[in-house]
Amino acid sequence: MLTNLQKKLLNDFQRDFPLTLTPYADIAAQLNVTENEVLQALHELNQRQFISRIGAIIPPNQIGVSTLAAISVPENELEFVAAQINRFSEVNHNYERENALNLWFVLIATDATHLNNVIGAIENETGYDVLRFPLEKEFFIDLSFQLDLTNV
Amino acid sequence: MFDAINQQLLAHVAEGLPICARPYAVIGERLNISETDVIERLKHLQASGIIKRFGVIVKHAALGYRANAMCVWHVPEEKIDEIAQYLLEFPFVTLCYQRPMLPEWRYNLYCMIHGKDKSTVLAQLARINSRPQMQPFEHQVLFSRRCFKQRGAIYNLN
Repeated sequence: MLTNLQKKLLNDFQRDFPLTLTPYADIAAQLNVTENEVLQALHELNQRQFISRIGAIIPPNQIGVSTLAAISVPENELEFVAAQINRFSEVNHNYERENALNLWFVLIATDATHLNNVIGAIENETGYDVLRFPLEKEFFIDLSFQLDLTNV
Repeated sequence: MFDAINQQLLAHVAEGLPICARPYAVIGERLNISETDVIERLKHLQASGIIKRFGVIVKHAALGYRANAMCVWHVPEEKIDEIAQYLLEFPFVTLCYQRPMLPEWRYNLYCMIHGKDKSTVLAQLARINSRPQMQPFEHQVLFSRRCFKQRGAIYNLN
């Protein structure tokens, strides 16, 4: 079960995190709790894997070069191939999806050459062709999202 | 002011802000800059749009949002902007991108929908697709099965 404090931390601080000397104390003051309670609650959310991190979302291609990529892998090899791909530090997301094109991952590299090299290495290692879907136009990027946490 | 220090700073905040009383001091120490310098740089990166959002990044699936659908459509180039704007009117659409079509993959407009379960997401998608302006377009929905990796990007790679 999540506490009310944890629910507030999950929903109300997805953006505009305080850029102050003591951000957690400032959040605590805003929520009428102690700094320690905020730190504890966040540690627990982190440990229980409810949050990925407190961090920055940087739009694609602001820094470095990134692309969405996909490969078709037979079901019985999927776990093995996903692990091969995950070993590349340039890969930050990797999902199985319900489609013949079933493994979708995101890569970020310092420049186009680096990106090509990594994709080449993935193709060599896995033995599968990598399809590339780089961003052409972004219409919206936010990912902050009001969660309905009533039953969590 | 996009210098090597900002690059390293972004690498650190992409990994995650330390959960302790003075997190910016911890990062400053690692980068050999002052705590206030860290804060000023982050404010500037945010104001200039390099950081789009700074805050708690939740794991949807762990919080009961188990259905994560990538929805794709084949839309003629001249209609892309109009259709994308239409998609963004729906509050459950969180991302919307144009990507290139390939011979093996004839879709160019992508959006993401996160929902508590598949049937909710399918109903939301049906609402989108029921409008006349969407009817001519071929589409697919790709629900996620397993998540093999989800973390912040690592920048400043060799």
